[in-house]
Amino acid sequence: MYKYDHYDRKIVNQRVDQYEDQLNRYFNKELTDEEFRPLRLQNGLYIQRHAPMLRVAIPYGLLSSKQLRTLADIADEFDRGYGHFSTRQNIQYNWPKLEDTPKILRKLADAEMHAIQTSGNCIRNITTDPYAGVTPDEIVDTRYIAEILRQWSTFHPEFALLPRKFKISISGSKHDRALVKTHDIGLELVKEQENLFVNVFVGGGLGRTPVIGQLLKEKLPIEHLLSYCESIIRIYNLFGRRDNMYKARIKILVKALGVESFKKQVEDDWNDGKNSSNHLNDKEINRVKQFFTSPNYETVESIDLEDQFREDHNFLHWIKRNTREHIKNGYRSVTISLKGKKQTAPGDIQSSEMRVVADLADQYSFGEIRSTHEQNLVLADVKERDLYDVYSVLCENNLGEANIGLITDIICCPGGDFCSLANAKSIPIAKSIDNLFDNYDFLFDIGTISLNISGCMNACGHHHVGNIGILGVDKDGSEWYQITLGGQQGVNASLGKVIGPSFSADEVPAVIKEILNVYVAQRDSEEELFIDCYNRIGLDPFKEAIYKN
Amino acid sequence: MDTQLIKNKELVLNDWFWVVPDTSNEEVKKQAGKVVQFKLTGEDFPSDGTLHNVILPKAEKVILPLRLYLLKTDEIKNKYKEYGIWIYSHDELDLFNHLKDDINSFSVVGVYVEKFADGRIYSLGNLIRRKLSYKNDLRALGDVFKDQLFYLARSGFDSFLIKEGYDAKKALLGLDDFSYSYQGTLNQKPLWSER
Repeated sequence: MYKYDHYDRKIVNQRVDQYEDQLNRYFNKELTDEEFRPLRLQNGLYIQRHAPMLRVAIPYGLLSSKQLRTLADIADEFDRGYGHFSTRQNIQYNWPKLEDTPKILRKLADAEMHAIQTSGNCIRNITTDPYAGVTPDEIVDTRYIAEILRQWSTFHPEFALLPRKFKISISGSKHDRALVKTHDIGLELVKEQENLFVNVFVGGGLGRTPVIGQLLKEKLPIEHLLSYCESIIRIYNLFGRRDNMYKARIKILVKALGVESFKKQVEDDWNDGKNSSNHLNDKEINRVKQFFTSPNYETVESIDLEDQFREDHNFLHWIKRNTREHIKNGYRSVTISLKGKKQTAPGDIQSSEMRVVADLADQYSFGEIRSTHEQNLVLADVKERDLYDVYSVLCENNLGEANIGLITDIICCPGGDFCSLANAKSIPIAKSIDNLFDNYDFLFDIGTISLNISGCMNACGHHHVGNIGILGVDKDGSEWYQITLGGQQGVNASLGKVIGPSFSADEVPAVIKEILNVYVAQRDSEEELFIDCYNRIGLDPFKEAIYKN
Repeated sequence: MDTQLIKNKELVLNDWFWVVPDTSNEEVKKQAGKVVQFKLTGEDFPSDGTLHNVILPKAEKVILPLRLYLLKTDEIKNKYKEYGIWIYSHDELDLFNHLKDDINSFSVVGVYVEKFADGRIYSLGNLIRRKLSYKNDLRALGDVFKDQLFYLARSGFDSFLIKEGYDAKKALLGLDDFSYSYQGTLNQKPLWSER
């Protein structure tokens, strides 16, 4: 993975100095609340319901075991012994003290980490496929391009105070696992005769106005990636709405202008500047690329796990759900579920569990961990012959839940328990749905399905792209839940449709159960996934079953 | 020296008279029930009427709104020894098309930012340098203090009029917040060229 040199270290350390000075000026009343707000946000610091919340960047979801241990230490020393992985592959602490934040940032800097641009109206953490570099369907490894983008977007002088937040995602595989069509800029890497190109999508997003991004530029040569992104964001910076924060994202501008007219403005700017100083060259691409070469894989035989462990159904279930194919023979990638029955909330992890995962990474997976936008963790390179040992340690530490891609692998925002924006709580809803599935057979019978919960229309829980989406809404001061069906991420990304009037928290589990009953009764075979069944039969059968009472 | 002007990385005497039209009587435009903070109504702000009413001050060196300069070019040319122009952050670059003079005949061009959080000023800096090839003093005016200076300097600005009530000496230090920057700008190569 990427290693800091003295330049990176200096930049991150000077950022801590800068932030400490800003905080001191705020304490000394030299900065008003209004002035300090964008400054602290750009350092990931929110003022939440109970305490400040600090969001720490995990660039494109890649962590070393040492970094994960640092995160555990911070959780113990400055928080309540746990952290929460977000849908942007970052980690959040819910209980730090404002005056402690510079100390936390120094500790992070020592481990080559930071909280830069994890919030605020600027370019946020670049996200990508958590299986980059190890997935068999990969065309281009996205990690080095993501690192190049991280550096370029860090303190970009023009884009510190955009109309609204700006999210970039990048995918380089046949199956898009990075939600490129629901990002402000989505980048799809393609290769032609060893030359790299980028398909640039723009104006996608979830939130209040969910929109699928549109293709703005096809086959942009990689050397122009940064200058083209600059032109897009420059046009957005100048013409995006600043009067109404709910209409300030780039998707609203693209929609208002029309994609062709937006493109014309972008290209007029870009044609003039495409030989800008940020024109990427092979030297720089190769310099960053060499940080992401394959680890020293052993030559090992593949093992027939089904045969060898045929008595151990739980292990085989876990293999089926929580591990995936690897480019290297005899290896698999392991996804560790943070959605177990013992987790307080989806994505939460105790400091002791972080240390367990860090130790496993050191022992079995080249000391690396990845976080996913589904709020789980990945050990990308585990030998098949070590899988049982890894599984055993995970089970001993409440991390052995075999539910990746199943309905209890819920994506969920912190909701009304923590977030001051939320209309409704989301964690208790996730828990009540989780409690429906004490019986693993039913869970496995339903198979692959996604259920996403957001506590408000800002959609941090990505409810629009959940096969089942749940959105917390406020009606006359009480909490209600609107349910959508048919959302989907990936190459065929689609947005869910609202099923009808919303439900109380108590009603939600029964409604979910009814939806699943309709699916089980209507599917044409056990192989037909929920989303395929929904696409075939439509919304009505579900609607009828739910509202008949 | 009691001054709020930073230029070429030092505090300098501000002998420029900055002309700001009084817009307190201008109608506050509303859109979707909200006050439009940053002019998106498609109408000129300030209005021509407001600009006509501006009384040109007695001074040697003035910085005037570009639209005021366009309205009263001859009078201004006769009256002042030296003059510069400034635009609002909501103004578009097309406004400069009306200029008959070479933009480099002005020794100062300013961009006024009403609110600190309005980041359009940075992209305008880039455009004024790159598209208009402006070579002289590019000045940030308005809600300007320490925390913008590093970015402003990298976006093409070389002087900064620090907001009244804010310590300009401290603000000056903001220009040195970082020793290195990753990305290139119009006058700086990206960090990778050093690596």
